[in-house]
Amino acid sequence: MTTFFHTAEQREYILETVGLSKEFRGFVAINQVDLKVRKGTIHALIGPNGAGKTTVFNLLTRFLKETAGAIIYKGRDITHSRADSIARLGIVRSFQISSVFPHLTVRENVRVALQRKHGMDMHFWRPARELNRLNREADALLDEVGLESFVNLQAVELSYGRKRALEIATTLALDPELMLLDEPTQGMGHEDVGRIADLIRKVAANRTILMVEHNLDVVANLSHWITVLQRGEVLAEGSYDEVSGNPQVIEAYMGTAHG
Amino acid sequence: MWSSSLQRRLPRIVDMPRMTIVAGIIVLGALLVLPQFIYPVFLMKAMCFALFACAFNLLLGFTGLLSFGHAAFFGSASYISAHALKVWGFTPELAILAATLNSALLGYLFAYVAIRRQGIYFAMITLALSQMVFFAALQLPFTGGEDGIQAVPRGALFGFIDLSDNRTLYFFVLAIFLFGLFAVWRIVHSPFGQILKAIRENETRAMSLGYRVDYYKLVVFVLSATLSGLAGGTKALVVQVASLTDVTWQMSGEVVLMTLLGGMGTIFGPAVGATVVLSLQNYLSSLGSLVTIIIGVIFVVCVLAFRRGIVGELQARWPRRNQ
Repeated sequence: MTTFFHTAEQREYILETVGLSKEFRGFVAINQVDLKVRKGTIHALIGPNGAGKTTVFNLLTRFLKETAGAIIYKGRDITHSRADSIARLGIVRSFQISSVFPHLTVRENVRVALQRKHGMDMHFWRPARELNRLNREADALLDEVGLESFVNLQAVELSYGRKRALEIATTLALDPELMLLDEPTQGMGHEDVGRIADLIRKVAANRTILMVEHNLDVVANLSHWITVLQRGEVLAEGSYDEVSGNPQVIEAYMGTAHG
Repeated sequence: MWSSSLQRRLPRIVDMPRMTIVAGIIVLGALLVLPQFIYPVFLMKAMCFALFACAFNLLLGFTGLLSFGHAAFFGSASYISAHALKVWGFTPELAILAATLNSALLGYLFAYVAIRRQGIYFAMITLALSQMVFFAALQLPFTGGEDGIQAVPRGALFGFIDLSDNRTLYFFVLAIFLFGLFAVWRIVHSPFGQILKAIRENETRAMSLGYRVDYYKLVVFVLSATLSGLAGGTKALVVQVASLTDVTWQMSGEVVLMTLLGGMGTIFGPAVGATVVLSLQNYLSSLGSLVTIIIGVIFVVCVLAFRRGIVGELQARWPRRNQ
């Protein structure tokens, strides 16, 4: 494991990729992507369908192995870490399709995330009711995402938007430094979108967020910095105004440049 | 009425559904009286297989892993136990302990090799490894090859309680059986069991929450192998024989059948399944090889008509309002 010397500039970035590339049997899904995520910001990754956003996420969280390149997190090379150890380093992701434990209750979902931190993951000789000690902490997290009245419901019974909220509460239980959200508002009604956007802003207060998002209103509202991907390459980077005025970006989205 | 007041008095000791408690008390009462009516050796054998199936179910039902090599843990334990009793002159409890430790170690070796594989590959690797154990049981000098180890003395429990009387032995075996079942129940309803459930429900999510899922699977595999060893070691003490039958791949298949028949993913289902299979084998043994066909037909009917198994089906149909 390599530890790089910190220059002033590097310390600002919590996550960097250097020449990150991924090929699937000759098809280049990600080509030489250099991503720099500044600490404490909400960074959006946007781009047309098939641009490779989710692939980047899977590479960052080690659910996929890169073909070339490196991933640096807080000055440390994590390119060869496993998916679960990434999470323990403080990078926790959500998935494109809401990912909960369906036949656990809402509270149990959050408790599962808390168990490891409290050293209650290996106790096979203790009664499960000892987990009730985590209830207060779990309920506080559920309160934060507005699920306090559903604690005893099975997760499978929640509406889609609430499942997403539960997913965020579960992620927050690990208190990650860097949260990766894969299309947090996808497939949601208008009201839910607003609620999740508020929630993201709230939880971003003391952490860094990298998100893939299609809803440009949400992107415009929330993000400090935007990277636009197209066909696996970085097309443009900057603030929302810079990026949205960029003729190349407009062409990628609209098919023609008009501006 | 009485059952609800019972649960009100017991809630902190056993947080089980009321129905489970009532059924448990009935079964326990029956187990205490039954040796008056049924040949105790048969009952003890049934308890050994029941424990074996319940231990196996920790993997199949509660983790979602199909091991096709569990006979290795059950069978090798019976050899170790028989050898320790007969040659080393161990007392019964130490012989069983040695057998259990043997299976724990063997379980660790199996899991270390197989646990990263998924589905059919996992099943095949466990099968291949258990065939190696079968080969060892056939070839090693102490196992007696085709003859097995016969005329195993039962010895005296803790050095002074003579176990040659079936009635006395019965209560020792009953205690082991209850301990084993309690262990299974405890593992399932423990903080660790909760993580297993999470892994079974959504493995990628568990991983993204920082859980090294292979490690949890390895631990539960070792626990399952250990309890299978406890069952196998006890069986050798009961029937006073250790033979190749218990390490064959057919035995690995039989425990799958017992588990599915009784209801995988239920605590007591596999015990019921084991009892049914063993009773059929025992009471229909005069029919010779026809027994296999009868059990086969029952199995097919069961899978087609009650997919959840006997206990699983009962649970699903039990009125829910009481819970």
